[in-house]
Amino acid sequence: MMDVLTLSRLQFAITSMFHFIFVPLTLGLSVLVAMMETRYVLSGNEMYKRMAKFWGKLFLINFALGVVTGITMEFQFGMNWAEYSRYVGDIFGAPLAIEATVAFFMESVFIGVWAFGWDKVGRRFHAVSIWLVALATNLSGLWILLANGWMQHPVGYVLRNGRAEMVDFMALITNPFGLLKFGHQIVSGYTVAGFFVMGISAYHLLKARNREFFKASFGMAAVFALAASIMVAVIGDFHAADVAKTQPAKFAAMEAVWNSCSNAPMHLIAFPDEKNECNLVSALPVPGLLSFLAFHDTNAQIRGITSFPKDERPPVLPVFLSFRLMVGLGTLFILLSAAGLFLSRNGLLEKYPLFLKLLVLCIPLPYIANQLGWLVSEVGRQPWIVYGIMKTSDAVSKSLELSQVIGSLLGFTLLYGLLGFVDIYLLAKFARKGPEETHVGATNAFRN
Amino acid sequence: MDLHIVWFVLWGVLWAVYFMLDGFVLGAGMLHRVLGKTDIDRRVVINSFGPVWDGNEVWLITAGGATFAAFPTTYALMFSYLYTPLLLLLFGLIVRGVSFEFRSKEESAAWRGCWDWAIVLSSFVPALLFGVAFGNIFSGLPMDQAGYHGSLVALLNPYGIVSGLLFVMLFLEHGALYVAVKSTGELSRRAESLARTLWIPLLVVAVAFLGYTNFATKLYDNYLKTPVLLVAPIVAVAALIGVRVLLGKGNTLSAFTASCVTILGVVGTGVIGLFPNLIPSSLDTLYSLTIYNSSSSEYTLRIMTAVAFMFVPVVILYKIWVYRIFRGRVTAEGVAADHEAY
Repeated sequence: MMDVLTLSRLQFAITSMFHFIFVPLTLGLSVLVAMMETRYVLSGNEMYKRMAKFWGKLFLINFALGVVTGITMEFQFGMNWAEYSRYVGDIFGAPLAIEATVAFFMESVFIGVWAFGWDKVGRRFHAVSIWLVALATNLSGLWILLANGWMQHPVGYVLRNGRAEMVDFMALITNPFGLLKFGHQIVSGYTVAGFFVMGISAYHLLKARNREFFKASFGMAAVFALAASIMVAVIGDFHAADVAKTQPAKFAAMEAVWNSCSNAPMHLIAFPDEKNECNLVSALPVPGLLSFLAFHDTNAQIRGITSFPKDERPPVLPVFLSFRLMVGLGTLFILLSAAGLFLSRNGLLEKYPLFLKLLVLCIPLPYIANQLGWLVSEVGRQPWIVYGIMKTSDAVSKSLELSQVIGSLLGFTLLYGLLGFVDIYLLAKFARKGPEETHVGATNAFRN
Repeated sequence: MDLHIVWFVLWGVLWAVYFMLDGFVLGAGMLHRVLGKTDIDRRVVINSFGPVWDGNEVWLITAGGATFAAFPTTYALMFSYLYTPLLLLLFGLIVRGVSFEFRSKEESAAWRGCWDWAIVLSSFVPALLFGVAFGNIFSGLPMDQAGYHGSLVALLNPYGIVSGLLFVMLFLEHGALYVAVKSTGELSRRAESLARTLWIPLLVVAVAFLGYTNFATKLYDNYLKTPVLLVAPIVAVAALIGVRVLLGKGNTLSAFTASCVTILGVVGTGVIGLFPNLIPSSLDTLYSLTIYNSSSSEYTLRIMTAVAFMFVPVVILYKIWVYRIFRGRVTAEGVAADHEAY
């Protein structure tokens, strides 16, 4: 088991999942902070400036780890997956290079302007700089997901000269798989940010501190979270339907469908048994629902897992469980944010301390849902690294020695563990502090 | 026009600009404890590059991405053959970035001291390893049809170490000059005088590097064939001497500019010497990775050229503009008063 391939996969999983603790919040909080600062610029109300600064500080602490762990992702393709890089670099390298050029530069240059420029640029331009960060962050997501979308559903290439060569750039950037994934991911990130801001605001409301400030923050975040979590479900539905067409094996694993059938029901309760290629439990069927969800036609045929050769099947249990749990959480997010918005609109938030406590506890849930989504996506694509073209087992670097990968895996685990711990400690510290400094009433609220 | 050559030039430019821009951050990071005797002075050093370091580091990401997109085989082999040094370099860059962000978020002296040393170490390690890696690329990696025959220890050969030292010295000088330009009072004077002191060992290492290159690499072949290319090393050497002359006149800003030119010149000298190789094989030139045998298809190169020519000028424009916004000197009072500062 302990070979270069397994350990490289484990390392990629750990480093990308760790990276992805920080990315979704960056995607959403950049937009929320930009909205707060825009309200400040338009209304002149200092409270919104304090909001942008308070949430912006948490944004920056989170952002730092997102940036540095992102470098690992770029390096690892070459370090551990050299055969992959060589075979598909002609088409896969392009979106990565474009991401750096059009998005990453903009993001990291203007985050500097925003963080250090409060007194150096005009306030309109200062607000523009956080919008540029938000735009760049989201653009960066677009290019990464177009790259990942290509691994999931390769388009615009031919196999020539012993590798995959790009022949149609437009196909690459209009790949429906990548675009749907991008849409689904972006609003998932917004959901993380919405619940993050709602949860921390709820914490302060429970302590009855800076009530106006946190009620206003909560209100903005609730609208944001509700809109985002509805979009997650809507785009997610289209995304799943696209998966049913493009990656039938993954879809079958997501829904634990073992045998092909038409007019496929959705079992509300199911549990797959991989060994015996059937479901241990399946109860509460809704007739035709699965066919309808996949093809928007109750009579459509769904391919079962057993219709694929054994060496082309993804592991069913983790994909199925991750998918179910993700969908359940997504539904919960819609309900919670709708309730939050209702209470916040009617000024009832502080009347329901239990609800506020619940929201504090819910901060990690959208993070978990994001990770589960990626588990579905990446584990569900196995055994392929590029669906239908290249297997993961053929992609690993040939020159690596076991000791090297053991060393790097240990190094990443220790370093990331330590940094993650410190980062969460600092986030919690500054989240708890609240914008206290603002009480002094100085013109620049954060000066001491 | 031969797009392979266009991308070779772009590849060299990306690395050269990266080293010019991150060089002063790495250098100032290595020196901030020596230069800053007090906590506030150290914060001044860190905040002197605070708004720009992240944008500077993106040149590395872009250099990596450009290698991937334009020369995927080189990207694949370079990164997997140099696995361990790249890993250490990566750890350095990760620790450095978070250290800037975390350092001043707690009052405790022990906390700040820990992150200070993290900054010193995580600036030194990448500086050294970039040099070692490029030294080994200049002299060639032991590779043939069977793959790679090197090891971590083999990378630490004398020429690799001289190259590593050269990079460390270049960045130390560059960083000291940057702090001299960007700070005020005693701190600025200390940085200026350190830049004068560091210049002598830098010159010694640079001369050793130029001499050793003749024996350890084939970089000079291109210059013998096409003497007009000698303009690159001549500019590098002239700029290096210019650094000392301008320092003597007390003109730190010009000396820093000369130091920028020195770094561009040194990287340019190496990259021109490599052409048309990206990584020569030290075993047999048959297995060298060149801009022709390791490149992407014509179509991909065309797309990437269009992207680069559309967006890189825009990036350069807004970067210059941001450097202008933050052009003033950073003072202890300013840092102490700014709650958003590092």
